Amino acid sequence: MAGSSPRRVVITGAGTVNALGRDVAATVDAMAEGRSAIGALDFPDVERLSMRIGAQVRGWVPGDLFDGARLSLYDRFTQFALVAGREAMAQAGLDAVPGDPTRWGAVIGTAGGGNGTVNDAFRAVFAEGKNRVHPFTVPRLMNNAAASHLSILWGLMGPTFSVATACSSSNHAIGLAVQMIRAGMADGMLAGGAESMLNFGGMKAWEGLRVMSPDGCRPFSLGRNGMVQGEGAAVFVLETLEAAQARGAEILAEIKGFAMTSDAGDIVMPSVEGAARTMRMALADAGVSPDAVGYINAHGTGTTANDRTEAAAIHAVFGARAGQVPVSSTKAMHGHCIGATGAIELLACLMALRQGVIAPTVGFTAPDPDCPLDVVPNTAREAQVTTVMSNAFAFGGLNAVLVLGRV
Amino acid sequence: MQDQIIEIIAREAVLEPAQVRPDMTLEDIGLDSLGLVEMIFSIEETFGISVPFNANEPGETRFDLSSVGSIVAAVEELISEQGTPAVA
Repeated sequence: MAGSSPRRVVITGAGTVNALGRDVAATVDAMAEGRSAIGALDFPDVERLSMRIGAQVRGWVPGDLFDGARLSLYDRFTQFALVAGREAMAQAGLDAVPGDPTRWGAVIGTAGGGNGTVNDAFRAVFAEGKNRVHPFTVPRLMNNAAASHLSILWGLMGPTFSVATACSSSNHAIGLAVQMIRAGMADGMLAGGAESMLNFGGMKAWEGLRVMSPDGCRPFSLGRNGMVQGEGAAVFVLETLEAAQARGAEILAEIKGFAMTSDAGDIVMPSVEGAARTMRMALADAGVSPDAVGYINAHGTGTTANDRTEAAAIHAVFGARAGQVPVSSTKAMHGHCIGATGAIELLACLMALRQGVIAPTVGFTAPDPDCPLDVVPNTAREAQVTTVMSNAFAFGGLNAVLVLGRV
Repeated sequence: MQDQIIEIIAREAVLEPAQVRPDMTLEDIGLDSLGLVEMIFSIEETFGISVPFNANEPGETRFDLSSVGSIVAAVEELISEQGTPAVA
């Protein structure tokens, strides 16, 4: 790439499907109201689970959203990604990518990929004794299905791939898309995450780890007892600041900094040092000091281990300001959407930057001395912020932090 | 039955059963959080019982994890409550 200054990457479109809403407007309205979408799960064999709550997308009728011929190729996670992608492109004012389509791609984070398709196929052969599964089982279940269908639908002929790093998948996907645009490998990307594991097999696996809450997600709260799953997708249109300004696009935010690191420690237990190191690196990449950050969207899963560790890491990075900077976990509203969670949570970051509303941590009952943070308990708050941070700390010890700012 | 429970605990801690005494804590035998979850799974599968345990609130359960001896007693109680052992 010519030019001495690095390319700046901005968000010009955003789209989502999650239990809070079928689009960005409904989702941020719910976040501002502090509404939780967690409720009783509804799918076959749910009565055989011991954890029966989640944030499920209700009343989803794929036949109303896609034409029949294509639909048989779309797992639920792909459906979510495509609907979110459609909204993101419309928001960006695009009916086709601007410029050279060989320089646009898609990167979508997902942990489970077509987990529902796997569940259906296994049920057919193991439980129902069938000897045949749907012929498109493999193209539906593959982790890159959502990214590939986005590329097919929008004619994106540049780099397209999926990222599967558990709870960090979305932040990694968005961060890598930023790096590819910065590096000149692409001029624009659709980036985000998609997940749908709310089925009997998917939830049975999670239940086994004994980290799920039977009664609710209460991040950073005394007496919290685990995570609650959600599902959905969020997709963003990313392009250079220069290109966005040239075509007169509305700029939602700039992605100023990104860092990804590994703890190289435990496969499930988080690390204070790893989380703190990643936050510092993302701030350094953005060229801003911790003092500039006006809101942190926490990973905040509601497990005892994550929230305690994350609070300690925020204290290590933010020092005396750690107790003052607003920190919230929106997972108590939309559930932990695993590979999609960082993308959906980025909507809370955009709300803070653009509307001056800090999403609350709902379900909060009492402060935990292990988590001495201002978690914006239960009720949203107005605040003018110019720089925000979004954390994701995944199983496998994989950390991903994004820093966003106003343009 | 006590021997069988201790055998499971020892296996998860990568010890010989003879090295595991009832007064030892999970820390003493070097069992971490993942090892504990796997041990509980193994106990459930072996005896056909369900053990109430959430890793987020290990102290809240009536399944007393304070020592090897307390675990053995808790398993024996669950077996007597929940039915005949699946394995003779």
